[in-house]
Amino acid sequence: MRRLGLRLRERGIELSLLACALVTILVTAGIIFVLLDECFGLTPGKVGFFQAVSISEFLTGTEWKPMIEPRSFGVLPLVSGTLMVAFGALLVALPIGLATSIFLSEYAPPWLRQIFKPVLELLAGVPTVVYGYFALTFITPYLIRGIFPDVQIFNALSAAVVVGIMIVPTVCSLCDDAFRAVPRSLREAAYGLAATKLEVSTRVVLPAALSGVIAAVLLAFSRAIGETMAVALAAGMTPHLSLNPLTSIQTMTGYIVQVVGGDAPAGSLEYQTIFAVGLSLFAMTFIVNVVAQRIFARFREAYE
Amino acid sequence: MAAETSALVNSQAARLAVGVVVRDTDRAATREGQPVFHARSLSIYYGAFQAVKSVSLEFLANRVTAIIGPSGCGKSTLLRSLNRMNDLVPGSRATGEVLFNGRNIYAAGADPVELRRRVGMVFQKPNPFPKSIYRNVAWGARINGYRGDLDALVESSLRKAALWDEVKDKLHASAYALSGGQQQRLCIARAIALEPEVLLMDEPCSALDPIATARVEDLIDQLKRQYTVVLVTHNMQQAARVSDRTAFMYMGELVEVDETSVIFTKPGNQRTQDYITGRFG
Repeated sequence: MRRLGLRLRERGIELSLLACALVTILVTAGIIFVLLDECFGLTPGKVGFFQAVSISEFLTGTEWKPMIEPRSFGVLPLVSGTLMVAFGALLVALPIGLATSIFLSEYAPPWLRQIFKPVLELLAGVPTVVYGYFALTFITPYLIRGIFPDVQIFNALSAAVVVGIMIVPTVCSLCDDAFRAVPRSLREAAYGLAATKLEVSTRVVLPAALSGVIAAVLLAFSRAIGETMAVALAAGMTPHLSLNPLTSIQTMTGYIVQVVGGDAPAGSLEYQTIFAVGLSLFAMTFIVNVVAQRIFARFREAYE
Repeated sequence: MAAETSALVNSQAARLAVGVVVRDTDRAATREGQPVFHARSLSIYYGAFQAVKSVSLEFLANRVTAIIGPSGCGKSTLLRSLNRMNDLVPGSRATGEVLFNGRNIYAAGADPVELRRRVGMVFQKPNPFPKSIYRNVAWGARINGYRGDLDALVESSLRKAALWDEVKDKLHASAYALSGGQQQRLCIARAIALEPEVLLMDEPCSALDPIATARVEDLIDQLKRQYTVVLVTHNMQQAARVSDRTAFMYMGELVEVDETSVIFTKPGNQRTQDYITGRFG
């Protein structure tokens, strides 16, 4: 009798743990369902966004004017704005992040490492909106205007720089993990062959950790794509297809923020655009994450 | 084409000639049986712990010197002090001096990278780079600015390490595809590709099976014709088989050093006697 009671209790605990685990899966599934429903009209009576606007117009159109007549729904300006900021951010974050993590793992004495690591994590803990007005009130007026005096106050460059700074901790800590996974014996082999510290870092440690570094870059890239507040503040809200980083642009996330905060009536086509943009964004970050995970898994096995 | 080739040959000849001149002056003092390394009152500390206690010892040219002793006696630390590998351990420091061809390698301004170019090392566990066999052997030469014929260097190094016949058809395969014993001989080839004067070997057979061990031991015997070898081992049979001289260390101190035959037949110290007869360790 007592045994049965115990068994039931075990079973109950097991089920409640399972229920908690299911919540995350259900939420994800729910989000995907809502995105797909608003885009394709899966539930009866629902008219999805892509039933009003063709997918090819959405994916190849070069003008994004969902509010102003004549309306057009070409997502490319938002995609180009997003990618410009994300690639620009990588250009900033990759050299800084790589150099920092090589310094930390190969050069820095242990005590310096112990100071550096928490400071980097602090950088990751700053709210993104703070980064946004940091870009607006410092990076643009003092840094960028110093080089390009005519730059608009909202511009893609400042967004790229500030997102770059934001993702440095991500690049750093993942690269640092990858470097530290390189066995000490390889470093000793290289030092034993009369290599300098720089040669050990760049010709042994970096190549051996390369897949980890690539995974770090991809994860940082997907963070940059998904970043919202800092970019919306720094880059402005002017969707246009351009590769000029000195002008104001709009990113996909920035657009979603604008519409959600505005007065588009629920159920209208303007309103549904955010689901179409959201789905595209989700697809982009999903692909990058999957690629990153695959590479990451390979690098985990490298020394086992 | 012909002109190009002959220019190449000439420049190589010039390089080699320069190399020979440099080596001749360096090696003048290090003929066979003369001391290459001379440690004088050498102590090594890891933080507050003294791993090597005021050791004075000579290592002779073209001889195999084995360092034996129980685990933790400081034999690996002593070996690693000879190419300043201990520098890489945070908190380590050395006092006393180690003369290499008469010059103190711990003197202010002495360059450990330059030292390691001339004092190669083979480690306990085979540690090839995750690269091809060819690139493993060529690696040291490449980063040290070797301008000669890499193919020839790779082949001659692999031949000296008695590995050439086994790998000549798969030079561009990954070094990780080799067996443990082959990997260790690859690491030896990689070390001798730099044409060092001394080879330091830190228990090079401890991760190998008996057959691979026998091959590496044969190889050590070959290598001493060209190189000075210092071998750390805790296998006494191995020390007896391959070394000319044996140093016995205990608790960080050098107890005794002599011809291997003397150490293993009539050691001068009771502790040496006890260790080689297996009473402790």
